[in-house]
Amino acid sequence: MAKPWAELSPEEKREERFKRWLSPPGVKFASPQAEKVYKERVTRFIKAFTLQKPDRVPCILPTGFYAASYAGTNLGEVMYDYDKMKSAWRKMMHDFSDADTYMPPALVPPGRSLEAVDYKLYKWPGHGLPKTTPSYQAVEGEWMKPNEYDALIRDPSDFWLRIYLPRIFGVFKAFNTLNPWTSFEEIATTPFIPFGNPEVQAGFNAIMKAGTESLKWIAAVGEVAGESLAMGFPGVMSGLAKAPFDTLGDTLRGTQGVMMDMFQRPQKVHEAMERLVPIIIEGAVAAVANAASPIVIMPLHKGADSFMSPKQYETFYWPTFKKVVMAMVNEGIYPMLFAEGSYNKRLDIIGDFPKGSVAWYFDQTDIFEAKKKIGDRCCIVGNVPTSLIMTGTPQQVKEHCKKLIEVCGKDGGYVLAGGANVDEGNPENLRAMMAAAKEYGVYK
Amino acid sequence: MSGDFVNLLADLKEEEVLKLTQQRLDSKEDPLKILEDARKGMEIVGKRFAGGEYFLPELVFSGELLAQVTNIVKPHLTGAGVQQKKIGKVVIATVAGDIHDIGLNIVDFMLDVNGFEVTNLGVDVPIEKIVKAVKETGAPVLGLSGFLTPAFDAMKETVEALEKAGLRKNLKIMIGGGQMDDEVRKYAKADAFGKDAMAAVTLTKQWYGVK
Repeated sequence: MAKPWAELSPEEKREERFKRWLSPPGVKFASPQAEKVYKERVTRFIKAFTLQKPDRVPCILPTGFYAASYAGTNLGEVMYDYDKMKSAWRKMMHDFSDADTYMPPALVPPGRSLEAVDYKLYKWPGHGLPKTTPSYQAVEGEWMKPNEYDALIRDPSDFWLRIYLPRIFGVFKAFNTLNPWTSFEEIATTPFIPFGNPEVQAGFNAIMKAGTESLKWIAAVGEVAGESLAMGFPGVMSGLAKAPFDTLGDTLRGTQGVMMDMFQRPQKVHEAMERLVPIIIEGAVAAVANAASPIVIMPLHKGADSFMSPKQYETFYWPTFKKVVMAMVNEGIYPMLFAEGSYNKRLDIIGDFPKGSVAWYFDQTDIFEAKKKIGDRCCIVGNVPTSLIMTGTPQQVKEHCKKLIEVCGKDGGYVLAGGANVDEGNPENLRAMMAAAKEYGVYK
Repeated sequence: MSGDFVNLLADLKEEEVLKLTQQRLDSKEDPLKILEDARKGMEIVGKRFAGGEYFLPELVFSGELLAQVTNIVKPHLTGAGVQQKKIGKVVIATVAGDIHDIGLNIVDFMLDVNGFEVTNLGVDVPIEKIVKAVKETGAPVLGLSGFLTPAFDAMKETVEALEKAGLRKNLKIMIGGGQMDDEVRKYAKADAFGKDAMAAVTLTKQWYGVK
């Protein structure tokens, strides 16, 4: 009889999750051939991730929102028109049929849901940014005030509902008049009263509208994602998690705010990050629970070389980040750590994970140096420069990939990928990446 | 006292700096002298940043200290302050379609403490506004910042617009930020790519012919 989940070792848990990735329950493959290539592809990734030699170097094409421009539409349009979204992403799936993986449109946000709640944290095409801008962008700001650390630390959910959300959802403005939900005890009387406030009610109505809209959106995204699995394309990113320092610095205190806090209230910063750790872990575990692949990507922001000193990184960034990563590893999840910007001055410490348990995905880091320093412990992913893919020739891209494969691909443990995602540009450059993986990446 | 103040600010000793600011005002010292010392302190901060001893958090915090000192001193200022003599003008902006300003503000700070008069146009700046600013200031140096890939085309179009307006010939253009590199520099037909704020200072000094 199988051991209960809680009694499995981290390796056994991961093995179970990898098995599920190889034979995802409920997926009906379009053909025996599709099933065959699906399993080949997944095996290729699993081997590279766990530092073995696959049949050849796997490749992740950096196609975030590329499908939109490729199909002649744009992000702004597909955020509102799900039929256009579906057809654009389908076109990408069919035209790049030899790719090792496929990114469904799950990162395209539902524009109407955001509008329904009057979302203030981001700008997107046609909403604060020019209609044709191929990306959305976060609005830097002090969304949490310096004197609100104690509220966050005491009860994060309450802080979110009554302090934070009223700022980032315009329609929740009156939610700062609510009592904590914990005020409902014994036979409830007065705690109902704030919910009679028409402004509060309007807030609930708005988020219900966002919910209804999001069901349409997820149906469209799910349709494409399901098709891609059936066609034999594994997904490599089932969920997203953040480092606690980034949660604080990106969308709560803001970059400026968190940096001041490092001097003015360092203890509070540490306490708040510790408080966020279990919440982030819970989110990551939930994200992979029903997904095929056990991969969670962590986009890392404020710990890059240009943001803080090595000492600040070790003091403020690394400890809680490592806790989150290790908790995932212990749950059998495979974290892909995406170091945006450069991580050249972090290479001496970031390999400190159990051998073969994480992948480091590099953007602008010296990846050859990274291979040397941490390649014996971590899978290396990356890093054809975004600028090269967007402005170079296919031949240049192919040459660059060749070099990456030769150096980083040596002895396995490597996945060819971009630096950041490309949103526009010559499709032949993406094909050149795939061609390079096939031509130069075969292990003999 | 003045030397202490400069070093305390450079060392980011918040409490001491603020206390000393008040003491100097109480002892009827010329408020302009305090601001001049604050500027000297910031110069040291800039040097430490350039030297790799300080990073972004120190820069941000020093900016906050300067703002606090200025706020305390301001009510005591009588006549107009003496303008520090500047080496020359530089216009900087984050290009259209991009709202990132962290890198832009570091460049602003570093150029400023190195003696340049900076016109910072902010983020998501329309091409026409950049052309207008270059024309009106007559600045011979322009810095374009961008974080994301949409900036590639925005930079290219900005450079083209400057050409069209007949302003390109006597203008040096540097680019930097996020996904920018020398490939993008070629693509946008700018003069130089700088990988950080120090590079922006080095390039500007070089173009101005100062050491």
